[in-house]
Amino acid sequence: MNAGAVMDANGTNERERRMRGRNRALLALLLGLVALFYVITIVRISGG
Amino acid sequence: MSEIPSTSVAPYAGAAVGDFVQILKPRVMSLVVFTGFVGLVVAPGHLHPVLAMVAVLCIAVGAGASGAINMWYDRDIDAVMRRTAMRPLPAGRMMPGEALGFGIVLAVGAVVVMGLAVNWVAAQLLALTIAFYVFIYTIWLKRRTPQNIVIGGAAGALPPLIGWAAVTGDVGWGAVALFAIIFFWTPPHFWALSLYRAGEYAAAGVPMLPVVAGARETKRQMLIYTLMLWPTSVTPWLLGLAGPAYAIGAGALSLVFTVTAIRVWRDDTERSARQMFAFSLLYLFLIFTALLVDRIGAGAL
Repeated sequence: MNAGAVMDANGTNERERRMRGRNRALLALLLGLVALFYVITIVRISGG
Repeated sequence: MSEIPSTSVAPYAGAAVGDFVQILKPRVMSLVVFTGFVGLVVAPGHLHPVLAMVAVLCIAVGAGASGAINMWYDRDIDAVMRRTAMRPLPAGRMMPGEALGFGIVLAVGAVVVMGLAVNWVAAQLLALTIAFYVFIYTIWLKRRTPQNIVIGGAAGALPPLIGWAAVTGDVGWGAVALFAIIFFWTPPHFWALSLYRAGEYAAAGVPMLPVVAGARETKRQMLIYTLMLWPTSVTPWLLGLAGPAYAIGAGALSLVFTVTAIRVWRDDTERSARQMFAFSLLYLFLIFTALLVDRIGAGAL
Protein backbone atom coordinates (compact mmCIF):
# COMPACT_ATOMS: atom_id res chain seq x y z
CA MET A 1 0.00 0.00 0.00
CA ASN A 2 2.71 2.43 1.03
CA ALA A 3 4.95 1.30 -1.82
CA GLY A 4 2.10 1.96 -4.22
CA ALA A 5 1.55 5.43 -2.79
CA VAL A 6 5.24 6.27 -3.08
CA MET A 7 5.30 5.02 -6.65
CA ASP A 8 2.24 7.13 -7.49
CA ALA A 9 3.78 10.18 -5.84
CA ASN A 10 7.05 9.64 -7.69
CA GLY A 11 5.19 9.03 -10.90
CA THR A 12 3.25 12.28 -10.51
CA ASN A 13 6.38 14.25 -9.65
CA GLU A 14 8.22 12.74 -12.57
CA ARG A 15 5.30 13.52 -14.87
CA GLU A 16 5.19 17.14 -13.69
CA ARG A 17 8.95 17.50 -14.01
CA ARG A 18 8.93 16.17 -17.57
CA MET A 19 5.91 18.27 -18.50
CA ARG A 20 7.67 21.37 -17.18
CA GLY A 21 10.75 20.49 -19.20
CA ARG A 22 8.71 19.97 -22.37
CA ASN A 23 6.81 23.22 -21.84
CA ARG A 24 10.03 25.19 -21.41
CA ALA A 25 11.55 23.58 -24.49
CA LEU A 26 8.41 24.41 -26.47
CA LEU A 27 8.47 28.00 -25.24
CA ALA A 28 12.14 28.34 -26.26
CA LEU A 29 11.32 26.81 -29.65
CA LEU A 30 8.42 29.18 -30.28
CA LEU A 31 10.42 32.24 -29.24
CA GLY A 32 13.26 31.04 -31.47
CA LEU A 33 10.87 30.67 -34.40
CA VAL A 34 9.45 34.16 -33.83
CA ALA A 35 12.99 35.60 -33.84
CA LEU A 36 13.93 33.51 -36.89
CA PHE A 37 10.87 34.58 -38.92
CA TYR A 38 11.48 38.21 -37.95
CA VAL A 39 15.09 38.09 -39.15
CA ILE A 40 14.12 36.22 -42.36
CA THR A 41 11.47 38.84 -43.11
CA ILE A 42 13.93 41.69 -42.60
CA VAL A 43 16.50 40.00 -44.87
CA ARG A 44 13.95 39.19 -47.59
CA ILE A 45 12.35 42.65 -47.72
CA SER A 46 15.78 44.26 -47.83
CA GLY A 47 16.54 42.18 -50.95
CA GLY A 48 18.93 39.65 -49.33
CA MET B 1 -0.02 2.75 -32.47
CA SER B 2 -0.40 5.05 -29.48
CA GLU B 3 -0.66 2.45 -26.72
CA ILE B 4 1.21 3.10 -23.50
CA PRO B 5 4.49 1.14 -23.55
CA SER B 6 4.06 -2.07 -21.62
CA THR B 7 7.65 -2.02 -20.35
CA SER B 8 6.90 0.90 -17.99
CA VAL B 9 6.43 -0.12 -14.36
CA ALA B 10 5.65 3.37 -13.02
CA PRO B 11 2.79 5.41 -14.56
CA TYR B 12 3.84 6.74 -17.94
CA ALA B 13 5.35 10.16 -17.29
CA GLY B 14 5.65 11.30 -20.91
CA ALA B 15 8.88 11.54 -22.86
CA ALA B 16 11.60 13.85 -21.57
CA VAL B 17 13.09 16.61 -23.70
CA GLY B 18 16.28 14.54 -24.02
CA ASP B 19 14.27 11.69 -25.56
CA PHE B 20 12.90 14.03 -28.24
CA VAL B 21 16.47 15.10 -28.97
CA GLN B 22 17.64 11.48 -29.11
CA ILE B 23 15.07 10.41 -31.71
CA LEU B 24 16.45 13.10 -34.03
CA LYS B 25 19.63 10.96 -34.31
CA PRO B 26 22.01 13.87 -33.56
CA ARG B 27 25.16 12.02 -34.68
CA VAL B 28 23.71 11.21 -38.10
CA MET B 29 22.35 14.75 -38.27
CA SER B 30 25.80 16.25 -37.70
CA LEU B 31 27.27 14.53 -40.78
CA VAL B 32 24.22 15.47 -42.88
CA VAL B 33 24.45 19.10 -41.77
CA PHE B 34 28.17 19.23 -42.50
CA THR B 35 27.87 17.82 -46.04
CA GLY B 36 24.88 20.09 -46.72
CA PHE B 37 26.88 23.07 -45.49
CA VAL B 38 29.80 22.19 -47.77
CA GLY B 39 27.40 21.94 -50.74
CA LEU B 40 26.19 25.40 -49.87
CA VAL B 41 29.70 26.86 -49.59
CA VAL B 42 31.18 25.35 -52.77
CA ALA B 43 28.16 26.24 -54.94
CA PRO B 44 28.74 29.12 -57.35
CA GLY B 45 26.91 32.25 -56.30
CA HIS B 46 26.04 34.05 -53.11
CA LEU B 47 23.43 33.56 -50.41
CA HIS B 48 22.79 36.00 -47.56
CA PRO B 49 24.41 34.56 -44.39
CA VAL B 50 21.09 34.56 -42.52
CA LEU B 51 19.38 32.63 -45.32
CA ALA B 52 22.38 30.26 -45.49
CA MET B 53 21.96 29.63 -41.77
CA VAL B 54 18.23 29.01 -42.28
CA ALA B 55 19.00 26.56 -45.10
CA VAL B 56 21.41 24.60 -42.90
CA LEU B 57 18.89 24.66 -40.05
CA CYS B 58 16.17 23.28 -42.34
CA ILE B 59 18.50 20.51 -43.55
CA ALA B 60 19.25 19.65 -39.90
CA VAL B 61 15.58 19.62 -38.89
CA GLY B 62 14.63 17.62 -41.99
CA ALA B 63 17.31 15.04 -41.19
CA GLY B 64 16.10 14.89 -37.59
CA ALA B 65 12.51 14.44 -38.73
CA SER B 66 13.57 11.53 -40.96
CA GLY B 67 15.35 9.96 -37.99
CA ALA B 68 12.29 10.34 -35.75
CA ILE B 69 9.94 8.74 -38.30
CA ASN B 70 12.53 6.00 -38.90
CA MET B 71 12.63 5.26 -35.16
CA TRP B 72 8.85 5.18 -35.04
CA TYR B 73 8.66 2.62 -37.87
CA ASP B 74 11.63 0.51 -36.73
CA ARG B 75 10.71 0.35 -33.04
CA ASP B 76 10.03 -3.40 -33.25
CA ILE B 77 13.43 -4.33 -34.70
CA ASP B 78 15.21 -1.70 -32.57
CA ALA B 79 13.99 -3.58 -29.50
CA VAL B 80 15.73 -6.74 -30.73
CA MET B 81 19.14 -5.22 -31.47
CA ARG B 82 21.48 -4.41 -28.58
CA ARG B 83 22.80 -1.28 -30.33
CA THR B 84 19.31 0.25 -30.55
CA ALA B 85 17.40 -1.37 -27.67
CA MET B 86 17.85 1.64 -25.38
CA ARG B 87 16.37 4.14 -27.83
CA PRO B 88 13.35 6.01 -26.38
CA LEU B 89 10.69 3.92 -28.17
CA PRO B 90 11.91 0.36 -27.55
CA ALA B 91 12.94 1.35 -24.01
CA GLY B 92 9.37 2.51 -23.32
CA ARG B 93 10.28 6.12 -22.56
CA MET B 94 8.21 7.49 -25.45
CA MET B 95 4.92 6.54 -27.09
CA PRO B 96 5.01 5.75 -30.82
CA GLY B 97 2.47 8.46 -31.61
CA GLU B 98 4.67 11.09 -29.97
CA ALA B 99 7.62 10.17 -32.18
CA LEU B 100 5.55 10.02 -35.37
CA GLY B 101 3.76 13.31 -34.69
CA PHE B 102 7.03 15.01 -33.77
CA GLY B 103 8.70 13.75 -36.95
CA ILE B 104 5.86 14.81 -39.26
CA VAL B 105 5.58 18.30 -37.73
CA LEU B 106 9.34 18.83 -38.06
CA ALA B 107 9.42 17.51 -41.64
CA VAL B 108 6.57 19.75 -42.82
CA GLY B 109 8.00 22.73 -40.92
CA ALA B 110 11.50 22.29 -42.37
CA VAL B 111 10.23 22.02 -45.97
CA VAL B 112 7.84 24.99 -45.67
CA VAL B 113 10.43 27.27 -44.03
CA MET B 114 13.05 26.26 -46.62
CA GLY B 115 10.63 27.10 -49.41
CA LEU B 116 9.46 30.42 -48.00
CA ALA B 117 12.83 31.66 -46.77
CA VAL B 118 15.31 30.23 -49.30
CA ASN B 119 13.78 28.76 -52.48
CA TRP B 120 11.37 26.03 -53.55
CA VAL B 121 13.93 23.94 -55.45
CA ALA B 122 15.87 23.42 -52.23
CA ALA B 123 12.57 22.77 -50.42
CA GLN B 124 11.53 20.15 -52.98
CA LEU B 125 14.90 18.42 -52.68
CA LEU B 126 14.55 18.44 -48.89
CA ALA B 127 11.05 16.93 -49.19
CA LEU B 128 12.41 14.33 -51.62
CA THR B 129 15.22 13.44 -49.19
CA ILE B 130 12.82 12.95 -46.27
CA ALA B 131 10.34 10.98 -48.39
CA PHE B 132 13.11 8.80 -49.86
CA TYR B 133 14.52 8.00 -46.43
CA VAL B 134 11.13 7.22 -44.89
CA PHE B 135 9.23 5.50 -47.72
CA ILE B 136 11.91 4.06 -50.01
CA TYR B 137 14.58 3.12 -47.46
CA THR B 138 12.85 2.60 -44.09
CA ILE B 139 9.48 1.21 -45.13
CA TRP B 140 10.22 -0.44 -48.47
CA LEU B 141 13.84 -1.56 -48.81
CA LYS B 142 15.34 -2.00 -45.35
CA ARG B 143 13.55 -5.24 -44.50
CA ARG B 144 13.37 -6.63 -48.04
CA THR B 145 16.73 -6.53 -49.79
CA PRO B 146 20.46 -6.59 -49.00
CA GLN B 147 20.75 -3.65 -51.40
CA ASN B 148 18.79 -1.56 -48.86
CA ILE B 149 21.63 0.74 -47.93
CA VAL B 150 22.94 0.97 -51.52
CA ILE B 151 19.69 2.40 -52.91
CA GLY B 152 18.60 3.96 -49.63
CA GLY B 153 22.00 5.62 -49.39
CA ALA B 154 20.77 8.14 -51.95
CA ALA B 155 18.82 9.84 -49.16
CA GLY B 156 22.00 10.42 -47.16
CA ALA B 157 23.76 11.67 -50.29
CA LEU B 158 21.21 14.37 -51.13
CA PRO B 159 22.05 17.06 -48.51
CA PRO B 160 24.92 18.61 -50.56
CA LEU B 161 22.44 19.00 -53.44
CA ILE B 162 20.04 20.78 -51.10
CA GLY B 163 22.82 23.12 -49.94
CA TRP B 164 23.87 23.74 -53.55
CA ALA B 165 20.27 24.39 -54.67
CA ALA B 166 19.78 26.80 -51.77
CA VAL B 167 22.43 29.03 -53.39
CA THR B 168 21.88 28.50 -57.11
CA GLY B 169 18.20 27.53 -57.32
CA ASP B 170 19.10 24.48 -59.40
CA VAL B 171 21.30 21.36 -59.37
CA GLY B 172 24.65 21.54 -61.14
CA TRP B 173 27.20 18.85 -62.02
CA GLY B 174 29.30 19.87 -59.04
CA ALA B 175 26.41 19.01 -56.75
CA VAL B 176 26.01 15.67 -58.51
CA ALA B 177 29.72 14.96 -57.88
CA LEU B 178 29.25 15.56 -54.14
CA PHE B 179 26.19 13.31 -54.22
CA ALA B 180 28.20 10.56 -55.93
CA ILE B 181 30.96 10.67 -53.30
CA ILE B 182 28.51 10.04 -50.45
CA PHE B 183 26.54 7.52 -52.52
CA PHE B 184 29.60 5.31 -53.16
CA TRP B 185 30.90 5.85 -49.62
CA THR B 186 27.70 4.61 -47.94
CA PRO B 187 27.88 0.84 -48.75
CA PRO B 188 31.41 0.20 -47.38
CA HIS B 189 30.60 2.42 -44.40
CA PHE B 190 27.43 0.54 -43.42
CA TRP B 191 28.68 -2.92 -44.36
CA ALA B 192 31.74 -2.44 -42.13
CA LEU B 193 29.29 -1.89 -39.26
CA SER B 194 27.01 -4.74 -40.28
CA LEU B 195 29.96 -7.17 -40.48
CA TYR B 196 30.38 -7.03 -36.72
CA ARG B 197 26.66 -6.61 -36.01
CA ALA B 198 25.50 -9.37 -38.39
CA GLY B 199 24.07 -11.47 -35.54
CA GLU B 200 21.86 -8.64 -34.35
CA TYR B 201 20.63 -7.86 -37.87
CA ALA B 202 19.87 -11.56 -38.43
CA ALA B 203 17.93 -11.73 -35.14
CA ALA B 204 15.92 -8.68 -36.17
CA GLY B 205 15.25 -10.10 -39.62
CA VAL B 206 17.02 -7.29 -41.48
CA PRO B 207 18.62 -8.74 -44.64
CA MET B 208 21.93 -6.91 -44.49
CA LEU B 209 24.49 -8.20 -46.99
CA PRO B 210 26.63 -10.15 -44.43
CA VAL B 211 23.45 -11.90 -43.23
CA VAL B 212 22.23 -12.82 -46.72
CA ALA B 213 25.42 -13.28 -48.76
CA GLY B 214 28.02 -13.90 -46.05
CA ALA B 215 31.08 -12.00 -44.86
CA ARG B 216 33.28 -12.92 -47.84
CA GLU B 217 30.93 -11.48 -50.47
CA THR B 218 30.34 -8.38 -48.31
CA LYS B 219 34.07 -7.75 -48.02
CA ARG B 220 34.50 -8.18 -51.79
CA GLN B 221 31.80 -5.61 -52.51
CA MET B 222 33.19 -3.23 -49.88
CA LEU B 223 36.55 -3.36 -51.64
CA ILE B 224 34.94 -2.66 -55.02
CA TYR B 225 33.11 0.37 -53.65
CA THR B 226 36.30 1.82 -52.14
CA LEU B 227 37.97 1.43 -55.56
CA MET B 228 35.05 3.25 -57.18
CA LEU B 229 35.64 6.10 -54.75
CA TRP B 230 39.05 6.80 -56.33
CA PRO B 231 37.70 8.41 -59.52
CA THR B 232 34.55 9.65 -57.81
CA SER B 233 36.39 11.52 -55.05
CA VAL B 234 38.56 13.48 -57.52
CA THR B 235 35.60 14.47 -59.73
CA PRO B 236 35.20 17.86 -58.00
CA TRP B 237 38.73 18.67 -59.19
CA LEU B 238 37.96 17.49 -62.75
CA LEU B 239 34.88 19.74 -62.75
CA GLY B 240 36.89 22.74 -61.57
CA LEU B 241 35.13 22.79 -58.22
CA ALA B 242 38.42 22.26 -56.35
CA GLY B 243 42.14 22.61 -56.98
CA PRO B 244 44.91 20.01 -57.37
CA ALA B 245 45.67 20.04 -53.63
CA TYR B 246 42.17 18.70 -53.03
CA ALA B 247 42.67 16.02 -55.69
CA ILE B 248 45.91 14.84 -54.06
CA GLY B 249 44.27 14.77 -50.62
CA ALA B 250 41.18 12.95 -51.89
CA GLY B 251 43.31 10.42 -53.75
CA ALA B 252 45.43 9.77 -50.64
CA LEU B 253 42.33 9.35 -48.45
CA SER B 254 40.77 6.97 -50.97
CA LEU B 255 43.99 4.96 -51.01
CA VAL B 256 43.89 4.60 -47.21
CA PHE B 257 40.19 3.69 -47.37
CA THR B 258 41.00 0.93 -49.87
CA VAL B 259 43.83 -0.29 -47.62
CA THR B 260 41.36 -0.60 -44.73
CA ALA B 261 39.06 -2.62 -47.04
CA ILE B 262 41.96 -4.93 -47.97
CA ARG B 263 42.71 -5.42 -44.27
CA VAL B 264 39.05 -6.34 -43.70
CA TRP B 265 39.27 -8.76 -46.64
CA ARG B 266 42.30 -10.50 -45.09
CA ASP B 267 41.17 -10.41 -41.46
CA ASP B 268 38.55 -12.83 -40.15
CA THR B 269 38.19 -11.03 -36.82
CA GLU B 270 35.90 -8.03 -36.38
CA ARG B 271 38.74 -5.71 -35.33
CA SER B 272 39.58 -4.51 -38.85
CA ALA B 273 35.88 -3.98 -39.65
CA ARG B 274 35.53 -1.76 -36.59
CA GLN B 275 38.62 0.18 -37.66
CA MET B 276 37.26 0.55 -41.19
CA PHE B 277 33.92 1.83 -39.87
CA ALA B 278 35.71 4.43 -37.75
CA PHE B 279 37.94 5.46 -40.67
CA SER B 280 34.96 5.72 -43.04
CA LEU B 281 33.50 8.48 -40.86
CA LEU B 282 36.84 10.26 -40.82
CA TYR B 283 37.18 9.78 -44.61
CA LEU B 284 33.93 11.55 -45.44
CA PHE B 285 34.59 14.30 -42.94
CA LEU B 286 38.10 14.94 -44.33
CA ILE B 287 37.00 14.83 -48.00
CA PHE B 288 34.35 17.47 -47.39
CA THR B 289 36.68 19.48 -45.14
CA ALA B 290 39.24 19.46 -47.97
CA LEU B 291 36.60 20.82 -50.35
CA LEU B 292 35.69 23.49 -47.83
CA VAL B 293 39.30 24.52 -47.21
CA ASP B 294 40.01 24.54 -50.94
CA ARG B 295 37.02 26.81 -51.63
CA ILE B 296 37.80 29.15 -48.73
CA GLY B 297 41.44 29.28 -49.88
CA ALA B 298 40.36 30.05 -53.46
CA GLY B 299 38.06 32.79 -52.19
CA ALA B 300 40.85 34.36 -50.17
CA LEU B 301 43.21 34.58 -53.17
